[in-house]
Amino acid sequence: MTEDFVPARSRLWLYALSGLVIAFLVVPVLIVIPLSFSSSTLLEFPPRAYSLRWYTALFGSIEWRDAAWMSLKVAVLTTIVATPVGTAAAYGLHLGGFRATGILRMLILAPLLVPVILTAVGIFYVYALLGLNNTLIGLVLAHTMLALPFVVVSISAGLRSYDMAQERVARSLGAPWLRACWSITLPQIRLPVLSGALLAFISSFDEVIVSFFISGGEYSTLPRRMFNALRDQIEPTIAAISTILVVLSVATVAALEMTRRPARRD
Amino acid sequence: MISAGLNAAGIRADELRERSILAGLTSPSFVILGLLLFIPVGWLFWLSFIEQDVFTLENYARMVTEPAYRSIFMTTFQLSVLVTVLSVLLGYPVAYMIAMLPPRAASICLTLVLIPFWTALLVRTYAWLVLLQRRGVVNTLLMDWGIIEEPLQLVHNFTGTVIGMLHIMIPFLVLPLYANMRAIDRDYTRAAASLGASPPTAFWKVYLPLSIPGLAAGTVMVFIICLGFYITPQFLGGGRVTTLSMKIQQNVATYFNWGAASSLGVVLFVVTILIFWGFSRLFPLRRLTEVGGS
Repeated sequence: MTEDFVPARSRLWLYALSGLVIAFLVVPVLIVIPLSFSSSTLLEFPPRAYSLRWYTALFGSIEWRDAAWMSLKVAVLTTIVATPVGTAAAYGLHLGGFRATGILRMLILAPLLVPVILTAVGIFYVYALLGLNNTLIGLVLAHTMLALPFVVVSISAGLRSYDMAQERVARSLGAPWLRACWSITLPQIRLPVLSGALLAFISSFDEVIVSFFISGGEYSTLPRRMFNALRDQIEPTIAAISTILVVLSVATVAALEMTRRPARRD
Repeated sequence: MISAGLNAAGIRADELRERSILAGLTSPSFVILGLLLFIPVGWLFWLSFIEQDVFTLENYARMVTEPAYRSIFMTTFQLSVLVTVLSVLLGYPVAYMIAMLPPRAASICLTLVLIPFWTALLVRTYAWLVLLQRRGVVNTLLMDWGIIEEPLQLVHNFTGTVIGMLHIMIPFLVLPLYANMRAIDRDYTRAAASLGASPPTAFWKVYLPLSIPGLAAGTVMVFIICLGFYITPQFLGGGRVTTLSMKIQQNVATYFNWGAASSLGVVLFVVTILIFWGFSRLFPLRRLTEVGGS
C-alpha cells in the first residue's frame, strides 16, 4: 500500500475530510427513512413518535398507486426494449469496424450530452404533432432513447474484455453465427448485459424532466406526481415514497455491485 | 460457407454480408436516437430561426438586448462554475482516499458514493428541503447545540441551490476520477519517494499529473450537467434563482413561445458542445464513457 508515501498525520486529514464528504452524500438520502415513520405532520428529526400513517395514506391513495404502477410499467417496458436494442448496437459496433465507428460511439452518448430540457421540449413538440403525449408508448420510446447510452456503454465494456476468438472458433467449426453468438458470446457477457438492463430500469423509473413534459393526468409517472406534490407542500407522504425509492436505489447498487464482482475476478 | 471461402470473390462477398448484418444490428439504436433526439432537437433549431414562415434572428437578438436574459446567463454560469470548483475540491480527496484504501473498505466507500448517485433526483431534492428549511433538521440541531440563535436561511435561495447541486454532482466527479486513480501504478510514487521526493512533492509532481485525465473527464461532465440544471434550482432556489433551463420551461409552459425557448436551448446546447469539444482537445476523455457505473 501507500504507507511509505503519505505520512499518518496528513492521511488523518484526508480521511476526516473524505468522511465528511461521504456523510454529506449519504446522510440526506437516509434521513428520509426515519422521517417517513413519524407520526406527526411536522418533519422533525428525530421524530417524537413513530407510526405507519404516511404509508397507510400512500397505499390508500389511488393517485399515488396509479402513478407507481405507471412508472413500473414504463420502466419494465423500457428495459425490455432498450436492453436488446442496446446489446445489438454494442455488438455491431464492436465487430463492425465501420469507418464511422468513432462517430457512432459519440452519437450513442448524445442523450447524455444534449441538455435534458432541450430533449424534453423537442420530444414534447414532436409528440404534440403525432398525438403521442400522454401515451404509454410515447413514454417508453423516450425513456428507451435516454437509457441507450447506459446499456451500450455497459455492454461495450463487457465486450472489450471478452475474447471474440471463442465465437470465431465456434463458427469455424460450423456453428451458424446466430447460434455461436447466442450460446458462446451472450452467456459470457451476461453480467454487463444485466447491469445495462438494471441501469435502463432505474434511469427510466427515476426520470423526471421528460416525463414532466410528455406525461400527465392518468399517464403521470411517479416522479411526475412527486414533482407536483413537492410544488404544493412538503408533506410526509413524500417521505414514505422517498423511503421506498431509496430502498430501490440501495437494492440497485447492491445488484450492480454483484454484476461487477465476478467480472473483476477473471 | 467453407466452399465459398475458397476463392477471393467469395470471401469478399461473405465479408460484405457480415458487415451489412452488423450494420443492421446497430441501426435500431440509431433509428431511435434519430426519431427521438436528433429530429426533435433539430426541429427546435429550425423553430428558433423561423417566425411565421420568415427567417428571423429576433430570438437571438433578445438575449443580447434584454437585461433579464443577461442575468439568467450570469446566474447559470456562476452556479455552474461554483458547483464545479467545489465538486473538484471535495471530490478529489474522496476519490484519492478510496483509491488508497484496501479493496474491501474501498468497495464500501464506493457503494456509499453510488447510493446517492442512483437515488431519484426528486427524493434528494425533497430531503434537502426537509433538512434545510427554516424549522428543518439542520437549523434545529444548530440551535439545540447553541451554535446559532436564529434559524439560518439555508434554502429557497442561492445557497440551497448550491448545496443541492453539489450533492448531485460530487459522485459525477468521484466516479471517473476513481476509475483513473485505480489504474495508476503505485510504483511511480514509490520511485519518486525512493529518489528523495517528499510526500507532497511526490503527490504534486507525480500522482496529480497522472490523475489529470480522470479529473478532466469528471470536471467537464460536472460543468456541462450543471449548465442544464432545472429541478434543483426550481425547488431549492425558491424563485430567487433562475437558470437557463428554467427560462426555457417557462417560455414553453407559460408563454407558448417556442421560438424563444428553442433559441435558449440552442445556445445552451452549442455552449455545452463547445466546452466538451474544447476539453476533448486538451485532455484524453476516453474515461468519460465509463461514467454510469460500468
